[in-house]
Amino acid sequence: MSTTNPQPDAPLADAGTPVDRARARRRSKHRRRLANVAGLMASLILTGSLYAVLAPAQAADDVTSESAAEAAGRELYERSCISCHGENLEGVPNRGPSLIGVGAASVYFQVHTGRMPLVRQEADAPDKPAVFSDEEIDQLMAYVQANGGGPTLPSGDLREGDLALGGELFRLNCASCHNFVGQGGALSSGKAAPSLEGSSDLEIYTAMLTGPENMPVFGDNQLTPEEKRSIILYVQTIQNMADPGGAGVGRIGPVGEGLVIWVVGMSALLFGIFWMGSKA
Amino acid sequence: MAARTATAPGAPTTRLGKAGLEIDDRLVVAGPLRRTLNKVFPDHWSFLLGEIALYCFIILLLSGTYLTFFYQASMTEVTYDGSYDPLRGIDMSIAYASTLDLSFDVRGGLFMRQLHHWAALMFVAAIVVHLLRIFFTGAFRRPRESNWLIGVVILILALLEGFSGYSLPDDLLSGTGLRIMSAIILAIPVVGTWVHWAVFGGDYIGELIIGRLYIAHVLLIPAILLALIAVHLLILVKQKHTQFPGPGRTEHNVVGNRLFPTFAGKATGLLFVVFGACAALGGLVQINPVWLWGPYNPAQVSAASQPDWYIMWLDGSSRLFPAWDINLPGDYTIPALFWPTAVLPGIVFTLLLFYPMIERKLTGDTASHHLLQRPRDVPVRTSLGMMSIAFYVVLLISGGNDVVADKFDISLNAMTWAGRIGMVLLPPIVYVITYRICLGLQQHDREVLEHGIETGVIRRLPHGEFIEVHQPIGPVDAHGHGQLAYGGAPVPKKMNQVGAARRAVRGFFSPVEEPTAVEIEQRAEGRGLSAGESERELTSSGRPSEGGRPSDGGRPQDPRD
Repeated sequence: MSTTNPQPDAPLADAGTPVDRARARRRSKHRRRLANVAGLMASLILTGSLYAVLAPAQAADDVTSESAAEAAGRELYERSCISCHGENLEGVPNRGPSLIGVGAASVYFQVHTGRMPLVRQEADAPDKPAVFSDEEIDQLMAYVQANGGGPTLPSGDLREGDLALGGELFRLNCASCHNFVGQGGALSSGKAAPSLEGSSDLEIYTAMLTGPENMPVFGDNQLTPEEKRSIILYVQTIQNMADPGGAGVGRIGPVGEGLVIWVVGMSALLFGIFWMGSKA
Repeated sequence: MAARTATAPGAPTTRLGKAGLEIDDRLVVAGPLRRTLNKVFPDHWSFLLGEIALYCFIILLLSGTYLTFFYQASMTEVTYDGSYDPLRGIDMSIAYASTLDLSFDVRGGLFMRQLHHWAALMFVAAIVVHLLRIFFTGAFRRPRESNWLIGVVILILALLEGFSGYSLPDDLLSGTGLRIMSAIILAIPVVGTWVHWAVFGGDYIGELIIGRLYIAHVLLIPAILLALIAVHLLILVKQKHTQFPGPGRTEHNVVGNRLFPTFAGKATGLLFVVFGACAALGGLVQINPVWLWGPYNPAQVSAASQPDWYIMWLDGSSRLFPAWDINLPGDYTIPALFWPTAVLPGIVFTLLLFYPMIERKLTGDTASHHLLQRPRDVPVRTSLGMMSIAFYVVLLISGGNDVVADKFDISLNAMTWAGRIGMVLLPPIVYVITYRICLGLQQHDREVLEHGIETGVIRRLPHGEFIEVHQPIGPVDAHGHGQLAYGGAPVPKKMNQVGAARRAVRGFFSPVEEPTAVEIEQRAEGRGLSAGESERELTSSGRPSEGGRPSDGGRPQDPRD
């Protein structure tokens, strides 16, 4: 109170009618303020008692609707996610986006690939060993799904599709960032499209569905679930395919090949002619 | 017959010899053949670099011929029905489908494709290394400017040949390259559009380009290359090979081995080494897996699309060049792409072609040279060369900067700016450093000529001073300074190189001499400096007051004595 309304000291030193007037004014001010405080207290008590009357029923409902998994998920969330995504999944400016509506699929991708929780704020969240167990991920998914909904995990065989169609769709939609065969590639300013090597079917599916980080969302109206499954079939087939031509040199094309021709081929021949020179 | 043998004492008596005589009677080849077989080639490992390129070219001709039996240069659309499952049912050009068939359904096809591609990369690499050897040793000087010109034209044609071959499979990678080539042609001011229409027969991509590239790749360019290589070699034989300066080597002789048998033996050996290296790469390391890239479709493009290494520097230059389009009044534009991809190579290859003339003009050196120069003896040229290499390597790395950025977790923007700054800053820095190194190496040679070789022997003089004993490598003047002039030839820097140690048994992996025979020889010839003292006047280091010979007191005792 005193900080918001500093009392002027000067009028106290003066005497006479102005002082009396000032004193009266101050008294009335005190009275007004007291009245305000009393009003506020009264309304607060009223609200509190109203809440006490009305709330218990709702609170009871809440407890019954939040399953054990969601509660556990909330606990995990409040321990590991809240600082960037906010108390109510609404996000924190310049730290983390809102999670309302991202759905269980997004939580699965981010947490299962170890991208979340984030190590530090940087251009790209690198994938790393997952921090949470599968059970804990399920709990987090339940919590986020319960608060805003969003895309959920697919079911069934994720490789049920057409191999050739998957390849065509991959080259059309994915290769421009992830490279011909999913080896990954650089994006601007330190961001990168990761390699798909070692990714599980579900991770690829949820990535397409939710568009993590710089990746666009490929919703079911852009790529139908069957097309997504075809792409996964293609990616996994290619990843597991042996290279018929010998060592794959990273399957990145001319950069690796150029390195090989100089480091292996040309140096072998230079060594050869040194050798011939020593035989002369 | 018997009578004939009696009348001509040198006449052959064997059946083969008689057959040879019959041939010579008719064709008169013995004289020229003998001259050719007796031709002397100087011996140095770096003289074999051009040969590597030659043998790569032979591999390319042979493996390429095999590929033409199966490849079809047609852009007609077909539906693939071969044995590579992930592409079955996809529409593609016949060119791409036949490349897939070559890889999966033709016996030995994949090996031949890979051998051909690796040999192509090796071909250009060997040409570049050969060119650097010629450049840094001054082998292009009069009278060999014509062969330099031919060599550079061969290099340019090899690049074109490589690019046309890279484009033939009509896969997604090479199609992207062709798209860029189309853009480069379109970017040429005034004539660009017309040239593009002439080359592609219409707008990109049309249905002609693969067929046209094919004829260029298998007929036009190889024929010109073959002719130029033949002229290159004929001029080499006519002008004789250069040699490094050294004892007994002058501007008027050639010291080395005869073509037959020594040089021919070495050349054949190298042929097999090159064949072996290319075949090993072709069989063990996968190159250009077109089945992974997919058929070309202008709507698709992949991350990390690069040309082969010899074009990558031009990709790098276009990645580094700022997007400076010049908009002229009247709807005319000179696209930024024009500068890094047409102007830059134009300048680079013009400078390269005419370097011998430029140097001749600047140095005023119009004399004929048959002795090579060591790089350190021509610091300006060496530094210019290193500077150019630095510039080239920055562009080359920038051509793959997205891959480097991805694999090493560097920001792509940082890579681009590092390339931009590096391409301007690095060359002058490299120039200065190379220049200093050249002068330093020269200085060390001069020092050894003047003061002798450091023996590592420390001697204490009567008044307490310590000196290191130096072994002069020639006669010295009254002050003990060597009188040998700086000749641009290698100077021995270690006592072992002048015979202080016993001669080692020769051989690289295993001895090529009998060790016991060498030991007998060693015993016979004595050892170290004392061995040569009878015929050479050896004096001590640069200190006349020191007295005595290093071989008397200074030489360490051999533990075997």
